[in-house]
Amino acid sequence: MSELAHGAGGPIPAAEVPEMELPHPHGWWTTYVFSQDAKVIGIQYSLTALAIGMVALVLSWLMRLQLGFPGIFSFIDPHAYYQFITMHGMIMVVYLLTALFLGGFGNYLIPLMVGARDMVFPFVNMLSYWIYLLAVLVLVASFFVPGGPTGAGWTLYPPQAILSGTPGRDWGIVLMLLSLCLFIVGFTMGGLNYVVTVLQARTRGMTLMRMPLTVWGIFTATVMALLAFPALFVGAVMMLLDRLLGTSFFMPTLVEMGQQLRYGGGSPILFQHLFWFFGHPEVYIVALPAFGIVSDLISTHARRNIFGYRMMVWAIVIIGALSFVVWAHHMYVSGMNPWFGFFFATTTLIIAIPTAIKVYNWLLTLWRGNIHLNVPMLFALGFIVTFVNGGLTGLFLGNVVVDVPLSDTMFVVAHFHMVMGVAPVMVIFGGIYHWYPKITGRMLDDTMGKVHFWVTFLGAYAIFFPMHYLGLLGVPRRYHEIGETSFVPASAQDLNAFISVVALVVGAAQMLFLFNLFWSLRYGKDSGPNPWRATTLEWQTPETPPGHGNWGRELPVVYRWAYDYAVPGAEQDFVPQNQPLPAPTHIAKGEATA
Amino acid sequence: MDTAQLQHGTTTRPSGWRGVIADWSSDQRSFKGASWGKVMMWIFLLSDTFIFGCFLLSYMTVRMSTTVPWPNPSEVFALEIGGVHLPLILIAIMTFVLISSSGTMAMAVNYAYRRDRRKTAALMLLTALFGALFVGMQAFEWSKLIHEGVRPWDNPFGAAQFGAAFFTITGFHGTHVTIGVIILLVVARKVWRGEFDDQRPGFLTGRRGRYEMVEIAGLYWHFVDLVWVFIFALFYLW
Repeated sequence: MSELAHGAGGPIPAAEVPEMELPHPHGWWTTYVFSQDAKVIGIQYSLTALAIGMVALVLSWLMRLQLGFPGIFSFIDPHAYYQFITMHGMIMVVYLLTALFLGGFGNYLIPLMVGARDMVFPFVNMLSYWIYLLAVLVLVASFFVPGGPTGAGWTLYPPQAILSGTPGRDWGIVLMLLSLCLFIVGFTMGGLNYVVTVLQARTRGMTLMRMPLTVWGIFTATVMALLAFPALFVGAVMMLLDRLLGTSFFMPTLVEMGQQLRYGGGSPILFQHLFWFFGHPEVYIVALPAFGIVSDLISTHARRNIFGYRMMVWAIVIIGALSFVVWAHHMYVSGMNPWFGFFFATTTLIIAIPTAIKVYNWLLTLWRGNIHLNVPMLFALGFIVTFVNGGLTGLFLGNVVVDVPLSDTMFVVAHFHMVMGVAPVMVIFGGIYHWYPKITGRMLDDTMGKVHFWVTFLGAYAIFFPMHYLGLLGVPRRYHEIGETSFVPASAQDLNAFISVVALVVGAAQMLFLFNLFWSLRYGKDSGPNPWRATTLEWQTPETPPGHGNWGRELPVVYRWAYDYAVPGAEQDFVPQNQPLPAPTHIAKGEATA
Repeated sequence: MDTAQLQHGTTTRPSGWRGVIADWSSDQRSFKGASWGKVMMWIFLLSDTFIFGCFLLSYMTVRMSTTVPWPNPSEVFALEIGGVHLPLILIAIMTFVLISSSGTMAMAVNYAYRRDRRKTAALMLLTALFGALFVGMQAFEWSKLIHEGVRPWDNPFGAAQFGAAFFTITGFHGTHVTIGVIILLVVARKVWRGEFDDQRPGFLTGRRGRYEMVEIAGLYWHFVDLVWVFIFALFYLW
């Protein structure tokens, strides 16, 4: 099951999937705003996610200003600092990464890559975006309500999340939980579309085992999200009830300022379980699309077929399944039966196996490849390095005995920013540089792209590498100011100042990227339909950017897998998926094609 | 139909797990013969199962975490009818009504595939009526408990989590039933007006109507009934 032997010489299968009824736009509003076209929805999702991501980026600057130069910025008081932390984390994980990978890349790429005209239910898909936008607006609204946004930390652990000492206790937490519920409703609408489109609406010849890994990654992540978000939804609903109605799902008996609260008998640990049953799969909801996209980027820009395609698919599926049985490794310090710690440490470490398989396969794909060091490839390589780095510290933290002393230190911050912050963001950038030509018909500027990459990549290391060291020193995370301690040397403050300066520089580089997005829209080089000479279907559309319905009059027929690069004897160094196979010359007609 | 996965010129399909995988990953569709809408409903129900699963697990957890004794549901949900003390009688009737509605729904689906417009619509209306009756009895139960002083944050019978879990879970399920009744009414109206016979496009989506929508609505309805069985067993009987 590899190379050209994919159904070679077989007859073209009959069309099982009927032509879909496309909703046609009438006029400007239904073409660009209330559009039911997955491509437009994908762009809407991406732009909204990038916009709210900018807010989170600014919040990270403010946090770094405080950490690097404590006491200088008087407007960053401890309350504000906690609010920045909370909103930065939640926005980045849910409203930026999840929305951009699944809503943005998923909407744009799934129908094009599997050869469909659109998502299966365009109307529901459109609703998905508008509910997502509403969720974002509710979240943003929390900056403007009395008391400001919640400062409970992105994990929103009760009881502190809804007690009066926590900033944003009055309005912020309510809006946050409401916004999460809306996000989940909106996401479910979109997610059902992505899953059903992949399962049921592929074009002729597109078996699951011929799909590009990008689609595999997004598909698996969406299935996981549909099963993981319910836990967060339930947790959010019950905490809303605790906060608004005074129920005690998560609230134990408490004394606050000498007064016993009305709460009693609830289980704070229950929320942690619900949250991390969502939260851990969430890490892979963000990582799996990145795995998929990076596989395609590497294969295309190294002009080499992906090494071990089937292994890559199975690794994605197995990682997805395993990620549902590791959640309590986020709770080692919450107190649990040692046997549970043992169980969750074991399952956590097992995930390293399929993940390592993927990394080795990427390296073997690169090995003796014709590597083009263009911007998407640079970001893909940057991802591999960063991801391996963050993954290795994950092995530290997955073990209970190592985790307990490192828990709640900067080491953890460095770990998860490397593995699920910087690494997936690298892939997002790589993906945008890669697919921008298809979306707009123009190339992003190469020089600006390279500057953007090098500053971001080296800057990310300059920021997060020293943080590991700070963590080992024992510098705690989520502290507004640590002041004098017996264990942190004064030089740690110099390191913090260094990190802050670099963080501002890296942030500035992102402005360059945004400028590039708009500048190239007008002044970018004309890209033509297939500038990277890639094999997958989205590059074979009759129009660039692809028109309404994607494929003109007839749907493409797929004859081969997505990775026919540098095939010996082929005319070009790539063979598109929809190019018919040559008549087999070395085999007599009617014989087996083995 | 599916030749793409046949291995290297062999004419037999792979067997065992390989066969399962080959079927799933075969050309164009993973579920042969299942329409988009039906697959979507199944996957949505899978997701919804996790929501109810989380609610029920949370209920069990708080039932364990509270130190106050749990009220005896048989007594809390007992009624005096004609001077006779009947434990759980209302819940028994509600369960009976809801499960009967599954029966009428299944019959409606059957008649829909026979293109029997009148009987389909009538049976769907009957199903919706049962559903509305269920929600009505639930409203009665809620008002009775509220009258007796049960609140989400407090109740006179024991652990405060009893009221919290009760209102949350039955409220969430009742909302599902109410949405189901609305769906049934909308689809029944379409059946009655013959919109599926001449495949008229829907108001919002513009998709052509098909009799299969009766079955998809039925899937949702049966799911809501099935969830009730679990709530009944885990909340009322335990």
